Amino acid sequence: MVDMYKILRKAELNPTVTLMDIEAPHVARKAEPGQFIILRVDENGERIPLTIADYDREKGVVTIIYQIVGATTAKLNHKEAGDYIQDFVGPLGTPSHLEGLKKVAVVGGGVGCAIAYPVAKKLHSMGCEVHTIVGFRSKDIVILEDEFKAVSDKMIMMTDDGTYGVKGLVTQGLEELILAGEKYDEVIAIGPVIMMKFVCQVTKKYDIKTVISMNPIMIDGTGMCGGCRLTVGGETKFACVDGPEFDGHQVDFAEAMSRGAMYKPFEKERYDETCNLFKKEVQ
Amino acid sequence: MANMSLVKNKMPEQDPNVRNKNFNEVALGYTAEQAVDEAQRCLHCKKKPCVQGCPVNIKIPEFIAKVAEGDFEGAYQVINEDSSLPAVCGRVCPQESQCEKYCVRGVKGEPVAIGRLERFVADYHNANCSEAPAKPEQNGHKVAIVGAGPAGLTCAGDLAKMGYAVTIYEALHLAGGVLVYGIPEFRLPKAIVQKEVDTLKELGVKVETNMVVGRSISVDELMEEEGFEAVFIGSGAGLPSFMKIPGENLKAVYSANEFLTRVNLMKAYKDGSDTPVMHAKRVAVVGGGNVAMDAARSAKRLGAEEVYIVYRRSEAELPARAEEVEHAKEEGIIFKLLTAPTEIIGNDEGFVAGMNCIQMELGEPDASGRRRPVKIDGSDFKLDVDCVIMAIGTSPNPLIRNTTKGLETNRHGCIVTNGDDGLTSREGVYAGGDAVTGAATVILAMGAGKSAAAAIDQYIKGKK
Repeated sequence: MVDMYKILRKAELNPTVTLMDIEAPHVARKAEPGQFIILRVDENGERIPLTIADYDREKGVVTIIYQIVGATTAKLNHKEAGDYIQDFVGPLGTPSHLEGLKKVAVVGGGVGCAIAYPVAKKLHSMGCEVHTIVGFRSKDIVILEDEFKAVSDKMIMMTDDGTYGVKGLVTQGLEELILAGEKYDEVIAIGPVIMMKFVCQVTKKYDIKTVISMNPIMIDGTGMCGGCRLTVGGETKFACVDGPEFDGHQVDFAEAMSRGAMYKPFEKERYDETCNLFKKEVQ
Repeated sequence: MANMSLVKNKMPEQDPNVRNKNFNEVALGYTAEQAVDEAQRCLHCKKKPCVQGCPVNIKIPEFIAKVAEGDFEGAYQVINEDSSLPAVCGRVCPQESQCEKYCVRGVKGEPVAIGRLERFVADYHNANCSEAPAKPEQNGHKVAIVGAGPAGLTCAGDLAKMGYAVTIYEALHLAGGVLVYGIPEFRLPKAIVQKEVDTLKELGVKVETNMVVGRSISVDELMEEEGFEAVFIGSGAGLPSFMKIPGENLKAVYSANEFLTRVNLMKAYKDGSDTPVMHAKRVAVVGGGNVAMDAARSAKRLGAEEVYIVYRRSEAELPARAEEVEHAKEEGIIFKLLTAPTEIIGNDEGFVAGMNCIQMELGEPDASGRRRPVKIDGSDFKLDVDCVIMAIGTSPNPLIRNTTKGLETNRHGCIVTNGDDGLTSREGVYAGGDAVTGAATVILAMGAGKSAAAAIDQYIKGKK
């Protein structure tokens, strides 16, 4: 089979968020919403997890959407359609449990919307009533608006600065819907850890089951390293095999945020080095 | 005339104070003269007890005789009949509890240095013989192997030599299993593992990396859709255990698996690697096995000033090989024996700032026959460390047992097999290595891979 994985399409969704279609038939064949892949851009690259944004089993294609946050995503973004990436493995993690859901609020924040979208899409295809609340910092970084519209019975667009849709945070949008009398079987929140934490605070108040998707630091993605561990309901779980989705009311968010920042100084240094390297290449 | 020296020829090594700052191999290997001299210590006794001590039954006196004659390639060919990974085994086998344990010369003095001779022979072959092995005639049957570790590689090699079309499915991006992610470069250079994998490829074995069996493809699909007549599961014991003490999820607490994978597989010790690893100043490694020694010695090489092995029993019970313990001590690793961690302390930023421990004493023997460690009340103390590595064992990954119908496992999650041939509760599905035994040694996994290969051959030939 393939030694490397071809980039079939690359599309910039906003200045820092990019979509790529990757030729990976083995991953596409089994992928389900909620699962993720691990990739390595090149021979010296680190392994990073990215949630599967979409897949086409017949064409053997998996879509990933990433935000340029560090050296690896910067390197990845330097590749173009037709180029190859070194490694692409998956699908990993447990698929979303969506069976039996009749009415769900899907909350997406920033690039997390890329992960929330396949979940909303699947729910919609199952006949579930889907309300989506998507939030972005500002109008110029809005992504997947049309896609969400197509799979939502109700959609609320929110921006922090009010440049598009409703001004405010997704928690406000969600709470308004709840107060307006919407009864959800479940809320699914995917975005920055801090956003998921606050969404959980809101839903806890109204006693609505809330599922969140964690994206911690990991290496292998198969349960081998334990780097992705987090505390859920007082027990240690591995996000890669027990998750990445968990009951948000049980997750120790403070610990998760702390662990996520473990290599911050290294990541910053590496990111700057990489950017400088690319600048030199351009010159 | 046999060489009647009571001691083994010493193997040259890097100086401890030099090697504890680099990742180059510690032991440098025999010269041809040393190898011949050591080979002449073998008495070629009739009973050949050493052979029974070897899990893959290498014809030890025969290969040693060839070394003594100076026919090193001939010696390699003898070993190669029974072992497909001699350069690996010569380095990581616990010879002292296997072949060398039974050597007659060991009754009075030291046994023949069988391991060092095996290593010499394999290295000689790798350095001097570039001839690709002849590709065996194909018999038209397909076998799939799950996991490219010692068990899988051995099983694949044996089946390929018999003419089977073998495909190995490996979850990571590189073949080798624990040989590439676990055992450090300074104990087993990765180029040696790569060479062994390349040899298998020359025999016609296909290696599919980035394939997680249980996720990317299932055992049932391998058999029903991909046309494999038999599957060998050698997926190892990769799931790390933690102690379940407070503070274990602080930053800079690693499982040994994670720490070693970052350092070995991801090459975090090299400047060019994108994978980070903590360069801690004071490191505690909890556990007393070979993995603990590997983690401690790696931490030292990454620049730690003080590295502790924290182990709850005494030196006599350390499960690590004596040689590894010796090497660790020479390199400045500090042994805190009869010591058990009770809590890991964090600082304001959530990083490790110390580890509370308690002193232990040995009480009555427990189920394992070893004396049970018992806490000494009031002996608590704090170890001043900024990184903790848990090396207290691993168990088999549940992925395959959860996704393979009718595959029987025991309460430890290990796959249940029917005696030595590795047959599982599923027809045509065999298993071996750590996936069956729980964490054990490279050579035992190889032995299991070898027996399973023979059983798979019989099974497929017996069908129809």
